[in-house]
Amino acid sequence: MSLLLPESGLIFWMFITFLVVFFILAKFGFPVITNMVNKRKEYIDRSLENADKANAKLADIQKASDEIVSKADKEQSRILREAAEEREKIISDAKKKAEIAAQKEIANAKETIKLQQEEATRSLRRDVSELAIEIAEKILRKKLDSEGEQMSMVDRMVDEAVNNKLN
Amino acid sequence: MVKRKFNITIICLAILFAAIQPAFAQNAQELRLDSLETAQNDSVALNAAGNAAKKKSLDIKSMIFGHVGDSYEWNITKIGNKNIKIVLPVILISKRNGIHAFSFSKFAKNSGVYDGFHIAPAGSPYAGKIVEYDGNGKEVRPMMDISITRTTLAIFINGLLLLIIILSTAHWYLKHPDGKTSPKGFVGFMEMFIMMVENEIVKECVGPNYKKFSPYLLTAFFFILLSNVMGLLPCFPGGISITANISITLVLALFTFFITNVFGTKKYWKGILWPDVPVAMKAPLMQLIEFIGMLTKPFALMVRLFGNMLAGHMGMFIITCLIFIGATISPVMTGAMSVVSILLNVFMSLLELLVAFIQAYVFTMLSAVFIGLAQEKEVGEKEVVKK
Repeated sequence: MSLLLPESGLIFWMFITFLVVFFILAKFGFPVITNMVNKRKEYIDRSLENADKANAKLADIQKASDEIVSKADKEQSRILREAAEEREKIISDAKKKAEIAAQKEIANAKETIKLQQEEATRSLRRDVSELAIEIAEKILRKKLDSEGEQMSMVDRMVDEAVNNKLN
Repeated sequence: MVKRKFNITIICLAILFAAIQPAFAQNAQELRLDSLETAQNDSVALNAAGNAAKKKSLDIKSMIFGHVGDSYEWNITKIGNKNIKIVLPVILISKRNGIHAFSFSKFAKNSGVYDGFHIAPAGSPYAGKIVEYDGNGKEVRPMMDISITRTTLAIFINGLLLLIIILSTAHWYLKHPDGKTSPKGFVGFMEMFIMMVENEIVKECVGPNYKKFSPYLLTAFFFILLSNVMGLLPCFPGGISITANISITLVLALFTFFITNVFGTKKYWKGILWPDVPVAMKAPLMQLIEFIGMLTKPFALMVRLFGNMLAGHMGMFIITCLIFIGATISPVMTGAMSVVSILLNVFMSLLELLVAFIQAYVFTMLSAVFIGLAQEKEVGEKEVVKK
């Protein structure tokens, strides 16, 4: 039965020891440890949160940069297209101008040629008629040496003129 | 692979116990002698041992009670014929003539009587304890016997060890105040342990304002666990299972009792003094029931821890005693019993290691639950606390 009866001496010492141990540990032991662990936990949580935030930010930046790049790409292709169009236009304009100029030149040339031709024709005609008249004079002079000849000539001429009038 | 490792562990433990057993047994025999003839000096005790061996009769009961009970000296071992023991100081407060403090060895030197005190003989209700005669010549205990007994010394050792362990752990944290590094090795192990108790027992069972109670519950947990484990060690700094002593569990239970009731909320006290029951039942039946309930909680705590640890400790001791019982029969029986005893004790030791943890866990958890129950708030208040 003595096992089941508390001993006053033991109770006394246990009470004092436990109280002292409890106060020392409550002041310098457990709170230090638990506070530190909680602090570290907070730090880790915060770090994770920050990492998440940084990741999100990074993703945003990535997105923005992607956007900028794609925009730049679009701009580039647009500029290239426009430049190509411009070039085409310039070339075609130049071609047109050149064509017009050439046609003008050709037309001028044709005009000149025509004028020269006419000139040449006229001068040729004049030359031919003078020559013909000369030749005719010469022939006539030769043929009209005799009276008879002269008379027949006049006759024929008159006939012809009459025929012409009749016809 | 794992199984093989386990087998090796078992074999190692068995060898360890085989080595320890004789010392343990010797201790037991000495204890028995001490409990029977504490006042005798060493040579007399040795003769008595010889006589006991010749008689070949064993008083197992007194052996057991000598082992689990308290004593004014702490036998460590015996080398040759020399007893290695710690003789402890006796401190008495007597109604007759005030405070006395002297070494226990004074009794042996003065043939059993010193300063009017003597050791109560076997058969007296105070067997083994220091007593004096009162005015009528009747044997009585002194008013206060606050001697440093071996259980007291074990309490001091355990308390000191706990302080060293926890403060050295805390010291690491003071050296790393940035809160960015995590500890390794022993400190890491302790951190895991402390946070396990804090998060799974204290936070879960006490409720929102657990912070206030966590130092007490952590101290109780580690004090009990350390004491239980120290009780399992077979030699000097351990070996005394202080949690198998009802005085110790009584103090622990009283701490829980006072913390529960001192920090109890208004609603908790209203639940006891003026519970929500039909008017006819209000007084005095409910108050009586609630009051008994208030006391049974710490009483259950006290008896549970005490009973579990005492049973385990006694069980192991009885299994060890099988060797001596065998020895009274025949040498063959001694050998057979030794094997059986060692195997059973290996099993019991592993079991007791588990029980040591479970009992510390249960005591702390129930304390936390009782404290948590006394923390109940009015419905309106609760919502505020719970965010």
